[in-house]
Amino acid sequence: MKKAFPILAILTVLLLSYAFYQAIWVAPTERTMGDVQRIFYYHVPSAWTAFVLFFVNFVASVTYLARRNPKADAIALVSAEVGVVFCTVVLVTGPIWARPVWGIWWTWDLRLTLTLVLWLIYVSYLILRRFSDSAQTPKLAAVLAIFGALDVPLVYFSIWFFRTQHPQPVIGGGGSIDPRMLHILLINWLAFSCFALLVCWARYRLEMLKRDVEEAEALESLLEVGPRDSKAEIPFRGEPR
Amino acid sequence: MNAIKYLYAAYIATWVIHGLYVGSLVRRYQRLRRRMSQLGK
Repeated sequence: MKKAFPILAILTVLLLSYAFYQAIWVAPTERTMGDVQRIFYYHVPSAWTAFVLFFVNFVASVTYLARRNPKADAIALVSAEVGVVFCTVVLVTGPIWARPVWGIWWTWDLRLTLTLVLWLIYVSYLILRRFSDSAQTPKLAAVLAIFGALDVPLVYFSIWFFRTQHPQPVIGGGGSIDPRMLHILLINWLAFSCFALLVCWARYRLEMLKRDVEEAEALESLLEVGPRDSKAEIPFRGEPR
Repeated sequence: MNAIKYLYAAYIATWVIHGLYVGSLVRRYQRLRRRMSQLGK
């Protein structure tokens, strides 16, 4: 497993470089938007990766609630954190693309608003995890994650069922795409998925290490304070108070 | 449409966001290593 991480890291760098090259120099230029449409190769794969990560978070949260498995809790935390990073990319690149194409940075359109709500739900999840010390925190966070996951299909299908400013889906739905563009889009998605996997892996290892350190610190403080406290707080029977 | 600057901005913003996050992971890891070395003493 120790060798697999650097191998995946090298593969990811190569794949991201290749995907970048394809997106900038090989992909055909879109007729109406021109080169700015190439933002699509970063914006859409980032959104799909965020959705996958939020789905992983949902499954891990349900598993944690069912089995109280600490590893499932760690996976839920990691996938939410990396998912928020990808969702941030979506919320930043979207307006940068919208400005030259729609003439506005933002509109309170259903797709955009629901994506912002999704981001806010998972940011609140991370804030809960960061600032609450209660033993109930993982349980509460898992419940919040399940509600958060309900927003993912709403975001995805909002452009299928409602008239929105946002373009139609490129796969299925009412939209269509040049096969060469679709091919390059999928290469970029693969590259970003490998990158997400790599970052999740590193973050998971960090989380497990953090838990080990906290456990060791707690044990150390117990060993240091324990005997002194027990002397101070448990009076000898028969001794006047 | 002369909008190439928006393309650059989007690609740079993407890697700045990812870079900041990876940087935060490295800082958190270094902090943990320090705590571990203090525990070892």
